Amino acid sequence: MVNAMDDDRVNLTDAQKKARRNRNIAIGLALAAMVVIFYLITIIKLGPGILERPM
Amino acid sequence: MAIVGKNGLEQDLRISEAVAGDYIELLKPRVMSLVVFTAFVGLATAPAAINPFIALIAILAIAVGAGASGALNMWYDADIDAVMSRTVSRPVPSGRILPGEALIFGLFLSSFSVMTLGLVTNWLAAGLLAFTIFFYVVIYTMWLKRWTPQNIVIGGAAGAFPPMIGWAAVTGTISLESVILFLIIFLWTPPHFWALALFKSGDYERAGVPMMPNVAGEESTKRQIFAYSLLVAVVGVLPAVFSEASLVYAAVAVVLGAGFVWYSWKVLRMPEGDRSMKPAKALFGYSLLYLSALFAVLLADSLVGRFGASAW
Repeated sequence: MVNAMDDDRVNLTDAQKKARRNRNIAIGLALAAMVVIFYLITIIKLGPGILERPM
Repeated sequence: MAIVGKNGLEQDLRISEAVAGDYIELLKPRVMSLVVFTAFVGLATAPAAINPFIALIAILAIAVGAGASGALNMWYDADIDAVMSRTVSRPVPSGRILPGEALIFGLFLSSFSVMTLGLVTNWLAAGLLAFTIFFYVVIYTMWLKRWTPQNIVIGGAAGAFPPMIGWAAVTGTISLESVILFLIIFLWTPPHFWALALFKSGDYERAGVPMMPNVAGEESTKRQIFAYSLLVAVVGVLPAVFSEASLVYAAVAVVLGAGFVWYSWKVLRMPEGDRSMKPAKALFGYSLLYLSALFAVLLADSLVGRFGASAW
């Protein structure tokens, strides 16, 4: 599974690089979706009250 | 990029080749689809209003919670999954995902889904979701599954909770109506899984899982399937008696229930030496149709009752 090179670094195979990119894209999309979801939940739960910020 | 020392760490280091689809497979999407549907029916038939977006997120949280328990199940059961034809290609036994990765993934999604459901709806619903995950992973997977042939009878409760969670998300309560929805799925589970276990008994035998056919024998299993099918047929009609489901629902439930009993009767009459097990396969297929159709009619009935009445 691991290709150790002479300089002691792990060298990823093409399949590993492709899989990592696939996972990164999925995590990115999931995070973006969560930002949108929690933004909308906040607006819906607080409603107009979101503007009421007593000093 | 990780730096590897010269002390043999290379052997311990494993670079994952898992893709997002493997992690989605850990969530048991097909089981999840039934959970989403039944939870939605519980949520939609509840006698209170809920913001549609909040309802969507509640269903999503229930689905992710169910998926998380699937991932934890696959973490714990990798050893028996590896010897059953139906499960050998799952991500953990096939080596695409390490057991530890499945465990962390499942634990993270469990807590995240419970917290989200609690924050967007109420803590009764979130508590029920947490209990469902606990029940499926600890009570069913870790304890009952390998110990008793009653495993799926008691463990079936985990699959029966979603409509109750959906109902609680809207009303903040547990009531007779939601308990009936629970009972329908609870009593449906044994004949559904025992029909599968009849024609997959060799698989369970090899894995050492004490399913009813390889513990009590085929004849006893067939009789129990028939007994449960009678109970399902009766309980399926109860929403028309104790909640607001209409006579149309009652009529459809009676017909669907009669079909369930008929298919179970064919299994009961199946000859001992019949290895093709066609009646058992037919019952397994019909049981899926039965539950989907019953809940779909209940949903349609409720929507017509709520919105149709105002349109007339």
